[in-house]
Amino acid sequence: MAEIKLSHLRHSYLPNPSGPDDYALKEIDLTWRDGGAYALLGPSGCGKSTLLNIISGLLAPSEGKVFFGEQDVTTLAPNERNIAQVFQFPVIYDTMTVRQNLTFPLKNRGVDEATIARRVSEIAEMLEVTEMLDTRAAGLSPDNKQKISMGRGLVRDDVNVVMFDEPLTVIDPHLKWKLRSKLKELHQRVQATMIYVTHDQTEALTFADEVVVMQDGVVVQIGTPVELFERPQHTFVGHFIGSPGMNVLPCDLKGDRAIFEGYDITLEGPLTARDGAPQIGIRPEYISVTSTGLPATVTKVADVGRHFVIDAIVGNTKLKAVSEHTAPDAGSSVHLTFKPDQTRVYRDGWIATEARK
Amino acid sequence: MRTENQKAWFFVLPVLFLVAFNALLPMMTVVNYSVQETFGNNQFFWEGLDWFEQILRSERFQAALGRQFLFTGIILAIEVPLGIIIALSMPRKGFWVPVCLVLMALPMLIPWNVVGAMWNIFALPKIGMLGYFMNDVLGIHYDMTQDPLAAWITIIVMDVWHWTSLVVLLCYAGLVSIPDAYYQAAKIDAASPWSVFRYIQLPKIKTVLTIAILLRFMDSFNIYTEPFVLTGGGPGNSTTLLSIDLVKIALGQFDLGPAAAMSLIYFAITLAVSWVFYVVMTKDDQ
Amino acid sequence: MIELQDVTKRVGTVTHIKPTNLKLEAGHFNVLLGATGAGKTSLIKLMAGLDPMASGRILMDGKDVTRLNTQKRRISLVHQFFVNYPHMSVFENIASPLRVARLPESEIQGRVEEAADLLQLRPMLNRKPNELSGGQQQRTALARAIAKESQAVFLDEPLANLDYKLREELREQLPELFAGRGAVVVYATSEPEEALMLGGYTGLMDDGVVTQFGKTSEIYRHPSNLTAARVFSDPPINAAEVTKAGTEAKLQTGVRWTLDGKAAALPDGSYTVAVRPHRVLPKRSNKHEVELRGQVLVTELSGSDSSAHFRLGDVDWVSLSSGVHPYKVGEDHAFFMDPTHCRYFGTDGTRVA
Repeated sequence: MAEIKLSHLRHSYLPNPSGPDDYALKEIDLTWRDGGAYALLGPSGCGKSTLLNIISGLLAPSEGKVFFGEQDVTTLAPNERNIAQVFQFPVIYDTMTVRQNLTFPLKNRGVDEATIARRVSEIAEMLEVTEMLDTRAAGLSPDNKQKISMGRGLVRDDVNVVMFDEPLTVIDPHLKWKLRSKLKELHQRVQATMIYVTHDQTEALTFADEVVVMQDGVVVQIGTPVELFERPQHTFVGHFIGSPGMNVLPCDLKGDRAIFEGYDITLEGPLTARDGAPQIGIRPEYISVTSTGLPATVTKVADVGRHFVIDAIVGNTKLKAVSEHTAPDAGSSVHLTFKPDQTRVYRDGWIATEARK
Repeated sequence: MRTENQKAWFFVLPVLFLVAFNALLPMMTVVNYSVQETFGNNQFFWEGLDWFEQILRSERFQAALGRQFLFTGIILAIEVPLGIIIALSMPRKGFWVPVCLVLMALPMLIPWNVVGAMWNIFALPKIGMLGYFMNDVLGIHYDMTQDPLAAWITIIVMDVWHWTSLVVLLCYAGLVSIPDAYYQAAKIDAASPWSVFRYIQLPKIKTVLTIAILLRFMDSFNIYTEPFVLTGGGPGNSTTLLSIDLVKIALGQFDLGPAAAMSLIYFAITLAVSWVFYVVMTKDDQ
Repeated sequence: MIELQDVTKRVGTVTHIKPTNLKLEAGHFNVLLGATGAGKTSLIKLMAGLDPMASGRILMDGKDVTRLNTQKRRISLVHQFFVNYPHMSVFENIASPLRVARLPESEIQGRVEEAADLLQLRPMLNRKPNELSGGQQQRTALARAIAKESQAVFLDEPLANLDYKLREELREQLPELFAGRGAVVVYATSEPEEALMLGGYTGLMDDGVVTQFGKTSEIYRHPSNLTAARVFSDPPINAAEVTKAGTEAKLQTGVRWTLDGKAAALPDGSYTVAVRPHRVLPKRSNKHEVELRGQVLVTELSGSDSSAHFRLGDVDWVSLSSGVHPYKVGEDHAFFMDPTHCRYFGTDGTRVA
C-alpha cells in the first residue's frame, strides 16, 4: 500500500499535440493518501477514464510521472504495479467456479495454499458470496458477477490501489444502492486505497471521502462531498452536483456589488482579484419566494413529491428555485430572495468571492 | 421473448417445399434403389436389406471407410490447432487486418476442382514446381503418382492449404469480439499467456470453434472433387476415400443398388458423428 | 385515447400481464412506474401490437385495434437502447417513417427540420448516428417519434442509458416537446423521481398488474395500498407494524404517539404504518415529532440530498434530508418523524387512514 502521486501529468492521444485542445488530460498534479476512498467524477469524455488507465498502467502518459509511494511507476506494466481494477462490465472467467475465480490472481502469484484458502473465505464472507463458492461463475446474476470481479481484486493483500471504472453500469437500478453501500463498507474493512470513476454524483459522493471533479481534461475541484455541494469552486461543479444544479446567472459588477437584471444582490463576501466575465452562482435550495425582493414571473411548477421545483423568469433570465412546502401558481408574479451567504460571484467560471468570517 | 404468432409458419412453407424437393425426393429415390436390384430396362427386383449387409461386410468398403476416418482425423488434428494459432497471431486492429483477412480468404474462393488441378500440376515430378523442387533441388524422392505416402501427404497439405482459413476466420471473429477489459483484467491478475488462452480466449471462441470443427468434419468426410482430380484415388486404391469409391461403384460399375445402400450408410455415419460431436461440445452449457 | 379492456398476456403457462383496464389520454404524460420485471415493457409491447394478447381488447381513439398489425397502428416507439439506422444520416433517420408514408418531399423537409430544431439536432442533420454522442443518438430517435405525428408514442425508459445530468435536462424538455401534439404519450420508468418530474398521470405496476392509476402527485400523496406506496418510493418507504389502542399507536420497540382524525377512529388492533423517508429527519422541527433512535447502517449522498438507513427493532428505516450530511456508519443517531404524515394500512395492505 502506498500514497499515490501524480506529477505534471498530461496526456494526448495524438502523436504530435500542438495546442491545449489536443490534450485529453491537461496538467494534473495531485496526491492521494494511503488508504483513502477517492472518486473521479465528470461527464463522458472529461478524461476520467484516461486518468484511470494511466494510473493502472494500461496507458503511458505523454508527459509527467506517476508515483506509488517513493517508486516511479510511470513505465511499469499493470501487473508490476500491484493494482486491482473492476471494469464497467463484469469480467469473470466463465469456465471457472466462483472459488477458482477468486483464487486465480493468488495462484498466479505463487501464494501458498493455506493463505489462499484463508483469504478467499474471508473475502467471500465479506462479499456475501460464500454459498456460491462452488458454483460456475458463468451462471451468476450481473450483480453477483460484479461482486466476484471486485473479489478478485480484494483477495490480494499486496494491492497498492483498487480501481473501479463505473462498476454499477450493468446493475439493476434497485440493487445499485446495495452495492454502493457494500463498496463503502468494503473500503472501511480492507483499508486499501480505492479510486472510483463515475459520471453519477450519488455513486461518487456516497463512496468517496474526497471527490475529484473533472471537466474537459481539467480537474475543476477536489473536495469532500460537503465542500462540493456547499461551496463549489467552479460553476461546472455547482451545475454538475445537485439536482437541479446551481443557477448560473449573468451579472454586472459595480465595485464590490453584483447587479443582476438591474437589482443589487448581496454576496457572501468581498470579491477576490480574479478577472473575467462575472456570473452569480446560487443553488435553487437557497432561493425563496418572499413578499419583497426580486420581482419574477413563475413559468412552471413541478410537484416532485417532497418539494416543489419552481421555474421563474427575472427580467430576461430564467432560474430555478426549490420550495419545501408551498408553491405559487404557474403564471403568477412573485418576489424572490437569494440567501446572501450562499450567493457567490464566479468569473470565467471560477469562484471570485470570499466568505465573510 | 417468445411470441405465439402462428403466422410465422406460413413464411417457412416455401423453404419446406424447397427442402422437400431438394433433399427428401432424391433421398427417397436413393432409399428406393437401395432395397432393389436392377439390370437396366427399368426393371427392378426386391432385394430387402441384402445390399446393406453386403456393403457392411465388404473389405473394400471397410478399407475406404478407414481411409476416410484417417484422412478426416489427420486434417482436423492439423487444421484446428493451426487455425487457432494463426487466428491468435493475426493483428486485431490497424492497417494489416484487411490484408490478412483477404490473404486468408483467398484459398477458399478457388473452386474445388481448380484446387485439385492446381495441386496436381504443382506436385507432378518434373513438370510441377513442388515436384521439381523436391526431386531435383532437395534430392528427396517424391512422386505422388507412384508412392502412396507422397499421395497422402499431398492430399493433406492441399486440404490444409485450402481449408485452414475457414477455421482461422471463424476463430478470429470470436477473438475480436472479446472486450479489452478481459485482457486488462488478466494482466492485472498476473495471468500467463497460456492462462489467457485457456480461461479467456478458448471459452469465448468455443461456440465458433464448434461450428468450425463441425463444418470441417462434414466437408472433409464428404470430400470428393479435390482428391479425385489430384490422384484419382491412386496410386492403387491408396487414396480412394469413401466418396471416390462410391462414385466408382455407382457410375463406373453402374451398381445402383449397392451404391445407394452405401450412400445411406455414409449419410448415417456423417450424421451420427456430427451429432455425437455436437452433444459432447455443448453439454457444458446446459 | 388508448383504452385497454381486460387485457392479459401469457407466455406458455406464465402470466405476464394480469387482467388490466386502463384509459390513457392525450395531452399529458402517462407514466408506467415499476421495478424491472413489473410488466411495463410487456404492457407497452401489447399496446404497440408487438406481442399477441391472451385476451381483452385495445381501442385507440374509440377504434378497436386489437387485431391490427403494428405497421398499421399509427404509433412510435423509443427504446432504452439507441435504435437508429447506422447507414443513414440523422436527417434520413428522422425522415424514415415519413418516407414510408410517402409524404411529399417539401412536407418531409419541414417536419424533419421542425423536430430537429426542437431537439437541437439542426447542426448534426448530415452526420451518421455513430458520429453522435449517446444523448444525441437518443434525441435523434425522439425526433423521429415527434416527426411521425403518431396517435400514440411509447417511450420505454428512453433516458436509462444516458448520463444523469443529460437525463435531467431531457426529462425537463420531454413534456414540452410532446405538448399540444395530440398523441397519447406512454412513458415507462423504474425511477419514482422521474415520474414526479414528468408530472401528468402515473400507473403503478407491480407483478404484471397496475395497482393504482391517477394524477401523479395525487397517487404519490394518497397511495391506495401498501404496494402502491412501496412502488412509488425511492429510497424505499418506511413500513413497520404498529399496534393501535385507543388514541395511541405503538411500534414494537415501544415508541408511541397519539393518533387523531381518521386514524384515531380505527378499531383497535394491528396495522402497518408507512411514512416516506423525507418525513423522517435528523433534526427536530416541532414538538409533536416522535424520536426514532437507531444505529446507522448505510448512508448515501446524492448531491442535493443525504439518506441514512438505520435499524430500529427489527425494521430498517430510511431518512432522507436535503443538503449534504455526512453520517458515521455504526453510530447511534436520533431521527424525528412527524406523525401527521403517517399513513396506515390494514393487514391486507389496503389503506385505512
